[in-house]
Amino acid sequence: MGMYAVRLWSVRHSRLLESFYQGFERIIVRLDPLWKRIGYERLEQPVAAVERQVKGLLFDCQMCGQCALSSTGMSCPMNCPKNLRNGPCGGVRANGHCEVKPEMKCVWVKAWEGSQQMLEGKAILDVQKPVDNTLKGHSSWLRVAREKAGARAQPEGRAS
Amino acid sequence: MIVDPLYDPGDPLPPLPGHSSRGRLERVLRSGKFAVTAELNPPDSADPREVFERALVLSEVCDAINATDASGANTHMSSVGICSLLTRAGYAVIMQISCRDRNRIAIQGDVLGAAAMGVSNILCLTGDGVQAGDQPGAKPVFDLDSTSLLETIRTMRDEKRFLSGRKITVPPAVLLGAAANPFAPPYDYRPIHLGKKVAAGAQFIQTQYCYDIPLLERFMARVRDLDLHKKCFILVGVGPLASAKTARWMRTNVPGVHIPDQVIARLEGAQKQKLEGKNLCIELIQQIREIEGVAGVHVMAYRQEELVSDVISASGIMKNRQPRPQARRPAKERIA
Repeated sequence: MGMYAVRLWSVRHSRLLESFYQGFERIIVRLDPLWKRIGYERLEQPVAAVERQVKGLLFDCQMCGQCALSSTGMSCPMNCPKNLRNGPCGGVRANGHCEVKPEMKCVWVKAWEGSQQMLEGKAILDVQKPVDNTLKGHSSWLRVAREKAGARAQPEGRAS
Repeated sequence: MIVDPLYDPGDPLPPLPGHSSRGRLERVLRSGKFAVTAELNPPDSADPREVFERALVLSEVCDAINATDASGANTHMSSVGICSLLTRAGYAVIMQISCRDRNRIAIQGDVLGAAAMGVSNILCLTGDGVQAGDQPGAKPVFDLDSTSLLETIRTMRDEKRFLSGRKITVPPAVLLGAAANPFAPPYDYRPIHLGKKVAAGAQFIQTQYCYDIPLLERFMARVRDLDLHKKCFILVGVGPLASAKTARWMRTNVPGVHIPDQVIARLEGAQKQKLEGKNLCIELIQQIREIEGVAGVHVMAYRQEELVSDVISASGIMKNRQPRPQARRPAKERIA
């Protein structure tokens, strides 16, 4: 229950967490040269361990390795028993609880609430790709750092 | 010879510019007629005759028959199997695909197989949780969700490639459908969610059972604000309730079904509850038809197919529609 309460707190404070993450992401992307020098592969395990602890506490993060929290109102879609990443199913109960776990609030009911408070809440409209199961257990932070830094290094109009 | 575009429900129809499929449902929808689809209750049997008997009753009153995919997470004859029987017999079908039981590898293969059999319409569903059915110990798959499934099949059809990028030589010519439930929270997100499904490829929508017209009207008003009724064909789900007891059972046990207390009270107060349930359904169809942006109805009658035909005829929605010839029954040896 403790964990669950924290998860709900995180959705209530989605705006705060969004601003915090945006700052955090800027830093980790800027530090890309450092990560490169140490070696992304070598960093993978320790960073993933930290990420698991922090996001596990805040969001009951399941370490899918392709974090969608910014598009889901800070409510982790991997806690949906159907792992839905694009919105609620049709089974949500009249009280807003989950069809599969009646004691739990629907992850997407919370996601919608959370997204309403966020600056970039419109991201909930983005169609999410199917989960890539090969990324499970890997750090999302490092992936974002590497990809965003890589994209920045690319000249305009040329995709990776 | 002039061939009526709505004539033969069997063979793939000649392709038309701008159409995704060669099926009759798309033609009916695009022609602006009020469309009717109906759900076939799949048998717990290996006997094809049970499928044909049920299909025959429905086909006379609807434009396409939905073949459900273990709905309610209960095992029945598969949607692929039913579609295989029905397409060979010349029926127009909507194959339902649920993400609960198969992963992306299996589903993409089924899509090609279905299109090869002559399936022209696919309804992409997430699927009820395994806890809802008779085998709660089953492993839930949910590799894709309904939205990513839509996008996957659209990519297969329009870009001629699998999710992996591998090329498809002949793409599946299917009209893509999705479900919507205007009657479950988060209510104000539901129209937006519909938009997301349309963006992912949904061309027609079949909703959950509607027993609450004000809630549907609120939903449709938002849908019209977002112009979504011009981007997809919305068929509203309806179905006769057999009794107040059935209604209570459904709203407790079937995920996502919302039946207001007044509806149950009305059934309870009636002398003949089954007749009242039928009349209520007819009234609902007539009210739904008046709502701007609704393109048709999807009739589901849980274990009472014989009623569907009555309800549809009595509602008058098929009036002025040319009666279709009966579908061909395949010769016995072809089934065996």
